Amino acid sequence: MELLVACAIGTMTAGGVYLMLRLRTFPVVLGISLLTYAVNTFLFASGRLTLNAPPVLIEPAPYADPLPQALVLTAIVIAFGMTALAVILALGAYLNSGTDALNIEKPEPRIKTDR
Amino acid sequence: MSLALIAALPFLGALLPGLMIRAGRNACASATFTVSALALLGILFHAPAVMRGEVITEGFDWLPGLGLNANFMLDGLGMLFAILILGIGLLIILYARFYLAKADPMGQFYTYLLLFQGAMVGIVLSDNILLLLIFWELTSLSSFLLIGYWKHLPEGRQGARMALAVTGMGGLALIGGMLLLGNIAGSYDISVILTQKDVIQASPLYLPALILILLGAFTKSAQFPFHFWLPHAMAAPTPVSAYLHSATMVKAGLFLMARLWPVLSGTDAWFYLVTGAGLITMVLGAVIALFKDDLKALLAFSTVSHLGLITMLLGLGTQIAAVVAVFHIINHATFKAALFMTAGIVDHEAHTRDIKRLGGLRHLMPITFTIATVAALSMAGIPLFNGFLSKEMMLEEAWNTGPVVAILATLGALFSVAYSFRFVTHVFLGAKRDDYPAKPHDPGFGMWAAPALLAVLVVLIGLFPQTMVGPLVATVSGAVIGSAELPYYSLTIWHGVTPALFMSIIAVGVGLAVLKTHSPLARRWDNARRPEAKVIFDAIVESFAARQAQRFTLALHDGAMTRYLAILTVAVVAFGLWAFMGAPHAAGTREMLPMSTLPVIGFFLLTAATVALVVLHRQRYVSLIVISIIGIVIALGFIYFSAPDLAMTQLTVEVVTIILLLLALNYLPKDTPVESSVFRRARDGAIAVVAGLGATALTYAILARDLAIPAISGYHLENSYTGGGGTNAVNVILVDFRGFDTMGEIIVLGIAAFAIFALVEGVLHGPASRRLANFKPDLPVAHDRHPLMMVVAARVALPIALTVGVYIFLRGHNEPGGGFIAGLVVAIALLMQYMASGFAWSQERQRFDYHAIISVGVLFAVLTGVGSWFFGAPFLTSANEYVTLPPLSPVHLASAIPFDLGVFLTVVGSVMLALASLSRIGRRAGEGVNITPMDVDPREAGDSAKEAR
Repeated sequence: MELLVACAIGTMTAGGVYLMLRLRTFPVVLGISLLTYAVNTFLFASGRLTLNAPPVLIEPAPYADPLPQALVLTAIVIAFGMTALAVILALGAYLNSGTDALNIEKPEPRIKTDR
Repeated sequence: MSLALIAALPFLGALLPGLMIRAGRNACASATFTVSALALLGILFHAPAVMRGEVITEGFDWLPGLGLNANFMLDGLGMLFAILILGIGLLIILYARFYLAKADPMGQFYTYLLLFQGAMVGIVLSDNILLLLIFWELTSLSSFLLIGYWKHLPEGRQGARMALAVTGMGGLALIGGMLLLGNIAGSYDISVILTQKDVIQASPLYLPALILILLGAFTKSAQFPFHFWLPHAMAAPTPVSAYLHSATMVKAGLFLMARLWPVLSGTDAWFYLVTGAGLITMVLGAVIALFKDDLKALLAFSTVSHLGLITMLLGLGTQIAAVVAVFHIINHATFKAALFMTAGIVDHEAHTRDIKRLGGLRHLMPITFTIATVAALSMAGIPLFNGFLSKEMMLEEAWNTGPVVAILATLGALFSVAYSFRFVTHVFLGAKRDDYPAKPHDPGFGMWAAPALLAVLVVLIGLFPQTMVGPLVATVSGAVIGSAELPYYSLTIWHGVTPALFMSIIAVGVGLAVLKTHSPLARRWDNARRPEAKVIFDAIVESFAARQAQRFTLALHDGAMTRYLAILTVAVVAFGLWAFMGAPHAAGTREMLPMSTLPVIGFFLLTAATVALVVLHRQRYVSLIVISIIGIVIALGFIYFSAPDLAMTQLTVEVVTIILLLLALNYLPKDTPVESSVFRRARDGAIAVVAGLGATALTYAILARDLAIPAISGYHLENSYTGGGGTNAVNVILVDFRGFDTMGEIIVLGIAAFAIFALVEGVLHGPASRRLANFKPDLPVAHDRHPLMMVVAARVALPIALTVGVYIFLRGHNEPGGGFIAGLVVAIALLMQYMASGFAWSQERQRFDYHAIISVGVLFAVLTGVGSWFFGAPFLTSANEYVTLPPLSPVHLASAIPFDLGVFLTVVGSVMLALASLSRIGRRAGEGVNITPMDVDPREAGDSAKEAR
């Protein structure tokens, strides 16, 4: 079972990285989302996998490790904030420049120093 | 008053001018004045004790692991400087009130001034060299702001930059030197370092430390060869010049040398470096000053020269020379600040400070003339004024040191006489002219009060030195020397017929003669070729720093973000591999969970969806559907692996994320073109596969092993109910054990939402706005925007969804749920209304501003934390109690509930603000506002149906 989870995380990482290296903003946002899934799952898995043992004390022991769960819970919400910010940035850039290409072809000419 | 508070007062007070300026310029200046006056009072309260020879100390640990403690001390030396900084500061505040023009932003000026004042006071009160370094850098930064205060003047900007570059680099050297010094002495506390003279001077690191520290001091105090920045800094408004460049900042270097005098002085290296630099600076500054036509430049170089004089005295290394240095610091501060202010008055009234265009002002500006004459005579070292006393004593010491020093010192004094008299004769004496740029006359009392007060001091100290400053000089000298026993000296006007007297007579006589022949000399001086410091400085900056930095930046930062991301990913993978190879490893021994059908199905679903996403990513709508499948599978996985809270969060977040992306996609291209070559795709694919394999291997390696050290979760589980009063350990961790983290996180979330709002605000005002105004939907638009079915369903669902939200919130402490999830559920319920009836329609029925909801949420969380202070407990300590109200089951009242409520509000507000911002873009793109909640009003439809029948 552990191998299955590890493979799933690996697959999502690979997909996320590939999309992140695309040349348009929207696939990059998707790639970042995918990477977020992978990272959150990875953090969650670092508490080790347990079946039928939610860390709710009204149930009988044993309990899963609650700490990674708590950390990942906030991470999921923060990831939403980040995705939202990224997509608005992408949208703003597109609307301002008329293109959603990620790379600037030629860097800006150098700004003269104030003399 | 606490020393830390005295140092903090100006910083805290720096908030006031910006606020008070709204109440007028007088209110603004008074507020600033009050702050400085309070700080000065604080120092004066300690004065009796300090004069008795006590050293007041105070401190608390800041970063004890680094040796950085917020230790303050007040001894004679610190007190002298603190009084100079705050006292002259008060005069400058008064003077600036009348000096600044209407167009100058006064609030800004006083804010900068107070920041600078705080930094200076911090330097002189620090008992820890690391703390001192922090304040030292702060003076560089705040003086940068002050010098460049007139942002519209290129000279101001350039002068500020040059000052920052020179003193900043000196500051860097000083950091190195101070760290070495602390290392040798074994402590960063000055009081400890001062007891380690033998250890320090015997150390092989003494010389490097000394050189680095002197670099810091020399750059700050404008000693040769770093003197060139000071005249350029004169582009600042005159109050700044008078304050920073005569009385305070340039004396910071002297202060440092005096502070460390007991441990650093007395060696050959110290003598040659310090006395050498001081002597050269003194003579060079005096000579250049004589040939400057700009009043402020003349004073600037004269300041350079006098700073050199004091440096030279400190360099001599004898106790008596240190006493003289202290005395001259006091005298110089009084007459030089007065001179700067009179120069400012002349500039202010005559609209020029070019000596060539002045002259004969004696009758037009009698008050200014009197003040200037008193101060200038003191600077020249004429008897009955205070400058004479310290100059005589200086010459005496120079004579005792040796012929070279004596000759150079006399030479410096000689030119000092010449330029001092030039200041008076060429500006005020002579015939009245009729070509002044403006009609000069004496300014109002407010402007001349400050220099007049200083001029009175000049005379009083000159006449009654022992009464006026005798005890002060003794206390300060004791602090500099580091012992209560002072060498014999006497502060009197008449010392008898001594070599110094003859040197003085020569200086005055020849100096006046030089001034007589000034015009032919000046012509020669102007024609002579000499290195121009600014040209050299600019050339270095331009050719070396700017160009190299540019090349470096362009090489790294070529605008291709894809490249950075690729490099980053490869680097991370490479480091991971390197770390893996660098350590021994064996197979894991942890028992694996058994395989079963359900997870295998989930796995294949997830893998298939990921592959589909990569393959289909060019069709953007399709890719959104596919990615939501992945999110749902992950949520299911969380349930399967005993994390119900995470599953609920993931599901709800998934919904809002997809809605957000859908809305954004509406205004983005719907397809991604094929751009990258096959090679590029293969390369990216290879990077991705390697990264994926790395992630797989890492995860598997972790999962196959038990924890190396026992987890802290055991503590959380054990104390969740007894300490936190909840049975849902995840929620108790969020709102209680790690409530501080959560607080930070909701703040981040709120900031993200505000940032989104601000970004959209920018988009709506930029060129994007025009593009949006001409926006044409590139996909067919449904004509039924607000279908009846959906409106009705959303309305019916709203109360149910809200109830569910409240339920999830309340049960969160004991069962899966809580503020985060409840917030998301409620946000989705509201979103449904927006989707059903349109944004504008719903917005009109929405009473609370989302910004306010976010702020109130964060405030709730913070106030809950603060609340525990009232019970004498640290921030965010929780309390809980079970209360039974008869018809209900026991209700749990925990301090965590308002905290969780804060989380809830922040989440609702942030999600809604993000989506509301997007809909603002929609409005700009021409999306109409519907008046009715749905497109077809069922009542009207019913009526028309009846009519038809």
